Amino acid sequence: MTRRSLLAFLGLLLAKPLSVLAAWNEQAFGAKTAPDALKGIGASAAAPSKDIVIEAPQIAENGAVVPIEISSNVPGTTAIAVVIEKNPFPLAGRFEFKEGALPFVKLNVKMGETSDVRVVAFAGGKQFSATREIKVTIGGCGG
Amino acid sequence: MAGPMKMRATAQGGTTEVRVLMTHPMTTAQSGQPLHFIQNVTVKQNGKTVIEAEISQAVSRNPVFSFRLKGGAKGDKIEVSWVDNKGESNAIETAVA
Repeated sequence: MTRRSLLAFLGLLLAKPLSVLAAWNEQAFGAKTAPDALKGIGASAAAPSKDIVIEAPQIAENGAVVPIEISSNVPGTTAIAVVIEKNPFPLAGRFEFKEGALPFVKLNVKMGETSDVRVVAFAGGKQFSATREIKVTIGGCGG
Repeated sequence: MAGPMKMRATAQGGTTEVRVLMTHPMTTAQSGQPLHFIQNVTVKQNGKTVIEAEISQAVSRNPVFSFRLKGGAKGDKIEVSWVDNKGESNAIETAVA
């Protein structure tokens, strides 16, 4: 082992606990377009799927609180991500479901304007996605 | 400011439904106020991590989440904790009813 590779190895050892502490995907959450957000979570090539169920109002009068209920019937789903395509920062969240959890989440989100909401399901090393348009009467990103 | 949490966990038909409320401003970069939002949410069932979430400022003020866990019996311990972008955190534990 060369001195340089030893240093790199020690660096990795030091960096690992830090990355565990701050497990927040700054690159993906900082993305300002939906394609960049999808790239940041490794979902650029997500295949369309009818096995992702998105329940949300067709019209949200108040963009500050838009309820969205998501469940994935894609077998072996281990994570779900929510991308609000026209928000200033489209990625709203990524939920990882470990042994013992069902791939389901209900949450309230802010929407700046009418937008497609894309849900990505991660299963068996592949990505699947579905979209649902939600019309927003009064935008809610000032909150 | 960040404040108390509330949680309810109910076992029904082989599934435990967890509903949790967090008191947090969740301010955006567009609000003119300092960016302040929860980044990480963790759900534990009897001490074992079952859900790990990363969220953004797009989650509404005073976040409410519902999650579903497999199985679960009355008395099981459910713990939900969060950490925000300023390093503030909070947690709540409840027994499944």
